[in-house]
Amino acid sequence: MFRLDGKVALITGATGGIGAAVARALHGAGATVAITGRRAAELDALAAELGERVIVAPADLADPAAPAALVEKVEKEGGALDILVNNAGFTRDMLALRMGDADWQAVLDVDLTAPFRLARSALRGMMKKRSGRIVSIASIVGVTGNAGQANYAAAKAGLIGMSKSLAQEVATRGVTVNVVAPGFVKTAMTDALGEGPRTALLARIPTGRMGTPEDIAAAVVYLASAEAGWVTGQTLHVNGGMAMI
Amino acid sequence: MSETAEKVKKIVVEHLGVEESKVTNEASFIDDLGADSLDTVELVMAFEEAFGVEIPDDAAEKITTVNDAIKYIEAQQGEADKA
Repeated sequence: MFRLDGKVALITGATGGIGAAVARALHGAGATVAITGRRAAELDALAAELGERVIVAPADLADPAAPAALVEKVEKEGGALDILVNNAGFTRDMLALRMGDADWQAVLDVDLTAPFRLARSALRGMMKKRSGRIVSIASIVGVTGNAGQANYAAAKAGLIGMSKSLAQEVATRGVTVNVVAPGFVKTAMTDALGEGPRTALLARIPTGRMGTPEDIAAAVVYLASAEAGWVTGQTLHVNGGMAMI
Repeated sequence: MSETAEKVKKIVVEHLGVEESKVTNEASFIDDLGADSLDTVELVMAFEEAFGVEIPDDAAEKITTVNDAIKYIEAQQGEADKA
């Protein structure tokens, strides 16, 4: 079950905690993984760890031309994409009253527009192959909202709406489009929280622990697999029970 | 039949999985050949790739029959030859 031998997967934001875990998990399931991010040294380190079946492709997704160029490069080196994982994203949190247009736009550009551009480019090859998997990493806050994250929550909610629309457009071509919405995952970002906020956070998670990047990666492997072929347009919430939607 | 017409018809046959005899000049992709809206987008993309032309959306919308496609592509090729 859930083997991905012979498949080519592109993972954006592979320098981050969740992205690297997704790359490891897809690679472990047999896929060739194209890893991208802004920090070339970290991509090289991950590639060295994984060994064979790796394509390193540094890119800055804030650049409007980067997504198409990235897909082209990966397809030239590895063949048409089977799996796209839109994982790259960043936050620029502040209350809306203080949020400038640039703060709003920068988050929307990378967290929502770049995934759209990547999907548009990747779909060409997937439609021809009559198979493909697009999995976008959203967030629980895209569904629940979160004070201080109007930009980020809007982008993540946007990924869900975009995925549902794409899913309907390409369903007859064997391509599925889904979303994984993580809750609070232990990363450098959540490590920065103080003791007080951390305790308060844990009290809201029925399982009593933060998620791990591997918890998220496992959901991505499932949605990327042949076995999930009848699952499309869905959002899989992986959040320790924090929100049951 | 021109080389372009032959190539267009071959793409249509391959893409829509219809019999060659059905792909007449007058055949409408949607009404006669059973294409859906996604098929027509894919066809336009296949034409763009095969002929190295760009077919903007407003032009693509007007390409509803096999002959529309042949004429548009031939016109584009004529432009390219002049350039």
